[in-house]
Amino acid sequence: MAKVAILSYINRKSLVHELTGTTKLIFFILWSVASMVTYDTRILIGMLFISVLVFKASRIRVRDISVVLGLAAVFLVLNNFFVYLFAPEYGVEIYESRDVLLQIAGPYTITAQQLFYHFNMTIKVICVVPVALLFIACTDPSEFAASLAMIGVSYRVGYSVSLALRYIPDVQREYQNISQAQQARGIDLSSKDKLFTRLKNSVAILLPLIMSSLNRIETVSNAMELRGFGKEKKRTWYVQRRLKRNDWLVIGFVVIVLVVDLVVTFWDGSRFFNPFL
Amino acid sequence: MKKLSVKSVVAIGIGAALFFVLGKIAIPSPVPNTNISLQYSVAAVFATLFGPIAGLLIGFIGHTLIDATSYGPWWSWIIASAFFGLVVGFATMKMHVEEGVGKKEVIFFNVAQAIAHVLSWGLVAPVLDILIYKEPIEKLFAQGLMASVSNIITTGVVGTLLLLGYAKTVVKKGSLTKED
Amino acid sequence: MAEPIISFQDYGFQYTAQAKPTLHHINLNIYPGEKVLIAGASGSGKSTIGSCINGLIPFAYPGESTGKLTVGGKDPLKSSIFELSHTVGTVLQDTDGQFIGLTVGEDIAFALENSCVAQNEMKRIVDEVAKLVDIDHHLQYAPHELSGGQKQRVSLAGVMVDEVKVLLFDEPLANLDPAAGRTTIELIDMVQERTGAAVIIIEHRLEDVLWRKVDRIVLMDEGKIVVDMPTKAFLSGNALLEHGIREPLYLTALRYAGIPITEELEPQHVDSLRLTGQQIKMVQDWYHRSGAKQEIQEEKTELLKVTDLCFGYTPEVKNLRNVSFTIHKGEMVSIVGRNGAGKSTLAKLICGFEKPTSGSIYLEGRDISDDTIKERAQRIGYVMQNPNQMISKPMIWDEVEMALLSGDMTAEERKERVEETLKICGLYPFRKWPVSALSFGQKKRVTIAGILVQRPQMIILDEPTAGQDYHHYTEIMEFLKTLNEQGFTIVMITHDMHLMLEYTPRAIVFSEGELLADTTAAHVLNDPDLVKKANLKETSLYTLSMKCGIENPQRFTEHFIEYEKEKEHQAK
Repeated sequence: MAKVAILSYINRKSLVHELTGTTKLIFFILWSVASMVTYDTRILIGMLFISVLVFKASRIRVRDISVVLGLAAVFLVLNNFFVYLFAPEYGVEIYESRDVLLQIAGPYTITAQQLFYHFNMTIKVICVVPVALLFIACTDPSEFAASLAMIGVSYRVGYSVSLALRYIPDVQREYQNISQAQQARGIDLSSKDKLFTRLKNSVAILLPLIMSSLNRIETVSNAMELRGFGKEKKRTWYVQRRLKRNDWLVIGFVVIVLVVDLVVTFWDGSRFFNPFL
Repeated sequence: MKKLSVKSVVAIGIGAALFFVLGKIAIPSPVPNTNISLQYSVAAVFATLFGPIAGLLIGFIGHTLIDATSYGPWWSWIIASAFFGLVVGFATMKMHVEEGVGKKEVIFFNVAQAIAHVLSWGLVAPVLDILIYKEPIEKLFAQGLMASVSNIITTGVVGTLLLLGYAKTVVKKGSLTKED
Repeated sequence: MAEPIISFQDYGFQYTAQAKPTLHHINLNIYPGEKVLIAGASGSGKSTIGSCINGLIPFAYPGESTGKLTVGGKDPLKSSIFELSHTVGTVLQDTDGQFIGLTVGEDIAFALENSCVAQNEMKRIVDEVAKLVDIDHHLQYAPHELSGGQKQRVSLAGVMVDEVKVLLFDEPLANLDPAAGRTTIELIDMVQERTGAAVIIIEHRLEDVLWRKVDRIVLMDEGKIVVDMPTKAFLSGNALLEHGIREPLYLTALRYAGIPITEELEPQHVDSLRLTGQQIKMVQDWYHRSGAKQEIQEEKTELLKVTDLCFGYTPEVKNLRNVSFTIHKGEMVSIVGRNGAGKSTLAKLICGFEKPTSGSIYLEGRDISDDTIKERAQRIGYVMQNPNQMISKPMIWDEVEMALLSGDMTAEERKERVEETLKICGLYPFRKWPVSALSFGQKKRVTIAGILVQRPQMIILDEPTAGQDYHHYTEIMEFLKTLNEQGFTIVMITHDMHLMLEYTPRAIVFSEGELLADTTAAHVLNDPDLVKKANLKETSLYTLSMKCGIENPQRFTEHFIEYEKEKEHQAK
């Protein structure tokens, strides 16, 4: 199996790291909402600018996350390509004008409106990427569960997230071991076989993986019950941190961003900023 | 809402870990950009075993972790994944896999997973994409159709075999004696 | 005497899924501050007793019970698993399953978090307990950064935060290397001394547990208690071998020398043994009766040759460094060393699961570097340590047959081969069972069967006897020996020093990715320096020979093994 590129916690000292997990979680959620709501170019550019600043402040280097950035780029390029393939005149429809820049073939022309739409769509995604990556890279996974509980999610669900993070490396190692052992017994997932054979072969790996996961579920839930998980309505957290001044400032800031975003976006009844009219 | 049992909490956690790992290990497929997603087979089996809430959270947590560690979250598809788990879980609530899986159960499971896939990728994901990302309808439904078809086939084959395998592995009451 | 903290009175239990009861007429009292070892072969019901004590029965495993049981004065049926957890702290066999938190600190705090203890108080208790089990310098570590022994310390700390009155250990030695196992036993002893809790250890590795004082031994067989005696009296009897448990080696040696085991001998520990001058003479005489070492020089043909092998999972880490050795046809070899020394990595390289960074592997003189996993698998079989990772068919028969399906055997030939293999592995009566109904040890045998069915030239087994009691251990090892006698080459990665001594003339020792020694098994265990470096453990035979003034402990050990084989041979 090729080594899977996974972004994980990078422990450094920075302003972003010092914020509590709760703050970062709130920031991440509200920031995502803000970017989802709007298509206003001015806001999006503003948000992009801020997220780059936050990235600088985190002391995470571009090369730490280069693989992930590459994946994001591929994803964006493909998404843009498919949008254009299926709807080359979509920009014209949205911005209610048509300035042809280049004629390609058949229905495919390049218009200024379409380009502008693609530009907006792209930065709409890009302005969330650094924040999302930082949320993962700068938040101690131990803090996730406590942070979710802080914002009102049931601690049981929070603990599920924590368990997922705890057992991902184990499940991954197990998958690898199983697939190696099965290859030695003639089970192969490589692309030589037909699709149906490959699907059937994948069962020879997945069934042991699932059965051993069910075993694991039993052991882990026994261990948790034996140590009193779920006996009280609440629970305390070993890793939880109190919100400090900076945390409140950041939360306040992201709330303001969201409010401005909502106001500007819906003031004129359109999510789009239209420079063409 | 009834609170989750400890076993459900663990099942969600480990189910999400499986979802994540399988989602990251995409089997290459002949059609570019449409990987064979084994994670939905596992999600469907877990939803059948542990119920709709588990299905919902496995899809949600698993998909969020995949997205967040690769290119930032694409919320509409995350929600669609969660919805898939929820629907399969609901539809199979009356099914008792521990008591054996026959033809009836296999058909039922497959109808449930097919409906859940069609709703998730043909309806929930594109509608949210329109609302959130304002993408063109033509592209979204083409994408949704492709995803539905490939996922239904994958879950139909792999999910069914896993379910059968699981049922045969479960020990029935008082059924075991040694043979010479 | 004080009131027992745990009391079984004519207690019986039947799991819902089983046709017959697992426990019958159990009468057992455990008193505060006692240390009790519950021994028994696998399937004897010893783990079920553990589950009754900590409340997993009836709360997690439904079933029907008869008779009476009280834990801490309460009837578990009328209590809850949470309430019981304040009385009984359980350390499970599977240290990875028990390690729930993302870091050591969180995991130790887990029970406190659930009881809503305030954070300051929680940190204080965690620090205190962590110091007690000597894991306080690792509070920030994630589970995969810890060794098996360290994880077990964390598990122990995690149940100790509750100030429990009973500490229950379910097969604590199963996943540990010899030195770590010894440390664990010392740790349990120390913790008991400090806390005064009653300790119950469920284990079949008797000699290892007896490394520290045990008050009482309870022996189980077929769901019943067959012996319940103070350690000294217990060891003086003959109960052990009849019930599939291995007697401590030094006692066996004394018996061979013609010395009856009595309580006056202080037989509970090799260091406590009180031998009279005459008895020492008897041991010496027995030793001198051994003939000269039989050097059988056989014609050796090279089968597998590894030269200058280097490998690292990441570029920074070197998991293997310049490893070279040769395995000859028909050999039976042990590969030993601590967890993480590179033993399993080596097996993966030989099977082609991983590609070496440099160096080559030859099979019968041919470089197999370019062979695929599948091609190599026809000739080198690999049996993984954890059976759950290999079993992919629900039914035993299908699982064993699986590897044959891609070959060109007829259905009739396949049936014959599978039946033969199942018989050899003692699984024939279970052939129509689902795999899930088997114990861990039985599953292991299924996976060995699944590989053996292909009859490869060479088999690599990762910990073939982990989790097996003496009976099944002997059965599997004897089976592997007969295979070996038929000309199959067998390589075993193992922690089991008995296995290495008894079955493999040659041992290859690894430490931190390097080949430390390639010599005879007896030599390895009688070289204190090597033992220490590789995290192994000298046998009690070594200590006994020193005690008896025998100048050559290695020869003494060899004599013991030869004598044992001779005896077995005569018995046949």
